[in-house]
Amino acid sequence: MEIVSVISLWFIPVLIGFILLYGTFKRVPTYESFVEGGKEGIKIAVSIIPFLVGMLVAISVFRASGALEYFMDYIRPGLEAIGVPPDIVPLAIIRPISGTAALGMTSDLIAVHGPDSFVGRLASVLQGSTDTTFYVLTVYFGAIGIKKMGDALKVGLLADLAGIIAAIIVVTLVFGSV
Amino acid sequence: MVNIIWVMLTAIGILFAMINGTMNEVNEAIFNGAKEAVTLCIGLISILVFWLGMMRIAEDAGLLKKLAALFRPIVKRLFPEVPNDHPAMGYILSNMMANMFGLGNAATPLGIKAMEELKELNGGKNEASRSMITFLAINTSSLTLIPTTVIAIRMNYDSASPTDIVGPTLVATFCSTLAAIMIDRYFYYRRTRKG
Repeated sequence: MEIVSVISLWFIPVLIGFILLYGTFKRVPTYESFVEGGKEGIKIAVSIIPFLVGMLVAISVFRASGALEYFMDYIRPGLEAIGVPPDIVPLAIIRPISGTAALGMTSDLIAVHGPDSFVGRLASVLQGSTDTTFYVLTVYFGAIGIKKMGDALKVGLLADLAGIIAAIIVVTLVFGSV
Repeated sequence: MVNIIWVMLTAIGILFAMINGTMNEVNEAIFNGAKEAVTLCIGLISILVFWLGMMRIAEDAGLLKKLAALFRPIVKRLFPEVPNDHPAMGYILSNMMANMFGLGNAATPLGIKAMEELKELNGGKNEASRSMITFLAINTSSLTLIPTTVIAIRMNYDSASPTDIVGPTLVATFCSTLAAIMIDRYFYYRRTRKG
């Protein structure tokens, strides 16, 4: 594990150094190129603001009103039937919708059940093996102005479900249930 | 579809607030949600500017093309619509790498850039192309090799071995990415059969 943390620590600085030296070697006007590319960054960041504001307000309203909890109670029996432990159900539902809320729930589950408990480990793996579909969808498609998403949302949510099922199976196999 | 989901989330929320008496919370949520979104975007500016600047150097120096060439055999299968030496390939790959190393911050700008290139390939239409959906599916299934944030949380709560979830996470991620690709393919073939 030492190696892994060293790699993640060194990776970015080494990569930056490499790009700069390689660019210089290839006679790229590095600083001008950097500035040109950077300008695009500002444009993108500003252009996604309306998309995120719209989506985050809707999600916050849905959550704060208690509607999310109500629907969770509704879906819970179904998820439990396919073997999702009850404690993990809220996390599984919130994960695709809100990244910060999911992270909060994960740390809460770890705090309550202990990091080395079944639930704690499952929450950890779940957090790592799925991503916030709504966020990725809003930011990526918002930034480039995609209006017709086609099957994107369905595919993304089904992929999340697959990730949740995979996490449960793997954690049960590796650590044993309960 | 987005329109419906968006309106439904908000309208159902407001309706629930009427019944539940949570109007106060909803009022707060409206302004906090908006604020959170803007804070998020402002926070993204620094990262976007820096990484897109760096990546521009990499692109001008031909690094992205080299990277694309290296992984072409695998990625070509995933994105059959993307021409071999198109810059989209390079950005898709850099995004995947950034995700794998848990550099979510770096991954977002690269992903957006990749999407932009894919849109251009699609004739600039405002419709999601096949490659875009595939790329999105891979991104939402998460490719993390090292879940740094989770390890940090586990350390915080005195786990006996904070990193023992790395292996299982890897396997689960692999399965979910594989599943995402298969789901994506399924929907693609269903679309083409209909059309």
